[in-house]
Amino acid sequence: MKVKIWGSLRRFTDGRGELEVEAKNFKQVLDGLAEQYPGLKPQIERGVSLALDGRIYRESWFAEVRPDSEVVLMPYMTGG
Amino acid sequence: MNMRVKGERAFKVVGTRPPRPDGVDKVIGRALYGADVSAPGMLTGHILRSPHAHAEIVSIDTSAAEALPGVKAVITSGDFGVPEDSALRDVQDHCMARGKVLYDGHAVAAVAATSPAVAKAALKLIKVEYRKLPHVTDVDEAMKPDAPVVQSGLVHETVAPGFSENVTSYCEFGHGDLEAGFAKADRIIERSFTTAATHQGYIEPHACLASMNADGKADLWCCTQGHYHVRAVCSAILGMEASQLKVTASEIGGGFGGKTTVFIEPVALALSRKSGRPVKMVMSRDEVFRATGPTVATSTDVKIGMTKDGRITAAEARLRYSGGAFPCGTVEMGAQAAFAPYDLDAVRTYGWNVLTNRPKEASYRAPGAPQAIYAVESVVDELCLELGLDPLDVRVKNAAQKGTLSSYGPTFDDIGLMATLEAAKAHPHWSAPLGPNQGRGFSAGFWFNFGGNTCVTLNINTDGTVSVTEGNPDIGGSRASISQMAAEELGVPYEKVRTVIGDTTSIGHSDITDGSRVTFAVGLATIKAARDAIQKMCSRVAQIWGIDEEAVVWEDGYVKPASPNAGDFKPMSIEEIAAISFQTGGPIAGHHEVNAEGAGVSFGVHIADVEVDPETGATKVLRYTVFQDAGKAVHPDYVEGQMQGGAAQGIGWALNEEYIYGEDGRLQNPGFLDYRVPVASDLPRIEPVILEIPNPGHPYGVRGVGETSIVPPLAALSNAVSRALGVRMTRLPMSPPTILKAVSAAGV
Amino acid sequence: MKSIHVAATINGDPAEFVCEPQETLLDVLRNRLGLTGVKEGCGTGDCGACSVTVNGRLVCSCLVLGGEVQGAEIGTIEGMADADRLHPLQQSFIDNAALQCGVCTPGILVAAEALLKKNPDPTETEIRYWLAGNLCRCTGYDKIVQAVQDAAQQMRGA
Repeated sequence: MKVKIWGSLRRFTDGRGELEVEAKNFKQVLDGLAEQYPGLKPQIERGVSLALDGRIYRESWFAEVRPDSEVVLMPYMTGG
Repeated sequence: MNMRVKGERAFKVVGTRPPRPDGVDKVIGRALYGADVSAPGMLTGHILRSPHAHAEIVSIDTSAAEALPGVKAVITSGDFGVPEDSALRDVQDHCMARGKVLYDGHAVAAVAATSPAVAKAALKLIKVEYRKLPHVTDVDEAMKPDAPVVQSGLVHETVAPGFSENVTSYCEFGHGDLEAGFAKADRIIERSFTTAATHQGYIEPHACLASMNADGKADLWCCTQGHYHVRAVCSAILGMEASQLKVTASEIGGGFGGKTTVFIEPVALALSRKSGRPVKMVMSRDEVFRATGPTVATSTDVKIGMTKDGRITAAEARLRYSGGAFPCGTVEMGAQAAFAPYDLDAVRTYGWNVLTNRPKEASYRAPGAPQAIYAVESVVDELCLELGLDPLDVRVKNAAQKGTLSSYGPTFDDIGLMATLEAAKAHPHWSAPLGPNQGRGFSAGFWFNFGGNTCVTLNINTDGTVSVTEGNPDIGGSRASISQMAAEELGVPYEKVRTVIGDTTSIGHSDITDGSRVTFAVGLATIKAARDAIQKMCSRVAQIWGIDEEAVVWEDGYVKPASPNAGDFKPMSIEEIAAISFQTGGPIAGHHEVNAEGAGVSFGVHIADVEVDPETGATKVLRYTVFQDAGKAVHPDYVEGQMQGGAAQGIGWALNEEYIYGEDGRLQNPGFLDYRVPVASDLPRIEPVILEIPNPGHPYGVRGVGETSIVPPLAALSNAVSRALGVRMTRLPMSPPTILKAVSAAGV
Repeated sequence: MKSIHVAATINGDPAEFVCEPQETLLDVLRNRLGLTGVKEGCGTGDCGACSVTVNGRLVCSCLVLGGEVQGAEIGTIEGMADADRLHPLQQSFIDNAALQCGVCTPGILVAAEALLKKNPDPTETEIRYWLAGNLCRCTGYDKIVQAVQDAAQQMRGA
């Protein structure tokens, strides 16, 4: 399945903004990305959110992703 | 058990305006805030703060202070360890300087004494030897390679070489071909903007009462937006187990993001540990301004291309944010939010976080978004003026909608931007006439909204009334809205439900009250907890009737047979079921513990009319209207309150509020006299118009409403002033000197 | 420093206290007399959260010394309701949702009561200028102004 990342992370993915990973949930997306692109690890460890079909999931490892889901990696969000 | 699902849900309690449960306590002065409790044998704690913007601490001699009669403890950073976790270390170092002071007002030592007078006298006896270092408080100056370095070794791998070490992180968002987009434009405008740091300005200063016993158990009472977070941070800093620290959230006298972290709480606990006595600490207003979280100061460049008929062809923004002396991620939020209201083929935002010798930024209502959207909406307005287009029509033409690929990555689900734009267009305010020196400004705004970790326990009391315990401090009337949702789901009157905020030992972890998450996430958990209790009550009654659980239904506070086939039984009320709960299996409660996801983004648009006096540069806000999508307004009074309150804060930000630093790097206006927040006579009526486009991620359609309202005022006011003067304003606040300077520079 | 002994009337009841010469009336009310409904927002007379009346005059209690109120009649938020019957202003603030966090509310209520004693039928502008010394950061003042207007109307009718 495809995962979109934000622009500044492309430095660590050979310039690619859309990555292919084998994943059935949020956790597998993160593990897959960190394995394929070790340069993403520091950001993933600092925290990321996941937008799944337009909705933001901040942490849920087991949030299910399907092959046709729109999956977008985002920075971990904080509010006021 | 069946839930009777209706097509278009007809609400009975949700959407009404019952009195708030904490109302009477607050109008008679009985509500207890951070500074309102005392303990026997209590000491007073005070903090000694740096008079320098940046200096090495050569030595601290506390011996004279310790010798003063009545002084029971003196502490410095040496009384704390050095946390491994960098975020925790930042929080601790912000509470008590270690090695270096990083801003004017940075804490260097603290005392606990038998009276405030003794504590203050003791501070004067502490001798600190400083070696002053060069400082930098301006964001653009701090980025230059030769700028004084605030802190070393904090640069993320994302930052390209060539900047000062003060630039700690970089981010980039967007999609499409910018070059091709700009080539299609008939007009391109590129402008730079600055916004001053502003403070949340809650009226209640930070306050706490800490008491630690010799056995290591501790109690902490404090005003906070998140007492579980306070527990986590304080127990880690103090080297305690979380179970040994009980934190109780007091009534909170305003937060707006500023009470999402700790400032004095670990210090009070350490003083209590050292003195063996309870220690109360209350910040002065001067301390609140100098040492607690203002928002970021920003410098931004925006470039937008537009066709003659008002279609945006390409847009980019460069955002430089400073969150003070410690790293912060606020620029990422700004860079994602900047163009969220627009449906764009080509868009890019670039953001840099920059260290300066200022206090550590704390979240402030939609952190990062107002500054970015201010710059974007200013350029859109200028394009509309130059191309002779109606600014509202241009927003409609370019509005993000369901299915739009957002500028920050995801594709939008159901969103309410178009509905708010249409409501604004139809409102009489938009077409009302204007007089001389008057201008009308418009801006859109956006916030993400969150869910997050939430626990709710809902007890069915033996008389059939309902007690809800949740873990999120109530900063805007949430106890009322949570009670409403419980009443709605159970089918009982609002008056039968009481919601309280538990301390950290009563229920499980609940995330901070932030991100406009409480009515959404706690509401969601409350509805699920109510359903859990309903399921149990249905099961008990089915057993009494000797029929299948599937054959009963819950309706309007009663268990009833699901159909005539189930048998002829007299419906049992919640009171009847509760009264016999001991005989049917014991007390009945519903629970829900969840990391709530599915929060829906929120859009709002504002219209502002101003009159500017060209002689004095003073701006008067004449009329103000707020349109916002609430998803579902559970308690419309408090939704309106959020819309009006956010607008008022934004108006203050746009016109007056500002952290002013002198050449010496010291804050020059740490008080409400010189840091002027809007007073009643500064403001007109703020008319709220609530739109309800349900959030598909919540059973009742609720979205967060607390933050979006502070986003549009900055540009709405700036656009109004610019149109009134015929001069484009590019810095906030637009205080009279700024306006006069802009007018004279333009030669108008 | 020599402490000062003061006798005054607070919310209609006789009260005596001992305070240090530099102690403010606000400190005395909160710390010595337990009247914590009086709030400290700034300590410099800029926010109005500590508003009380001294001999009928509206003041910021942070700008008055405890030693100054010998023989004075002092009114605080704690004296506003009549036993369990709320003052019309208090009820109106609840009915109009004129408070959010509520920390400015006691000061605003005391100030509004002082206004309505002087002027039972104030215009919106008069209310806004009278309350300009009381900061509220939550509401944007709209519902506060409405609540004062409603209470004033009700009190005129009573």
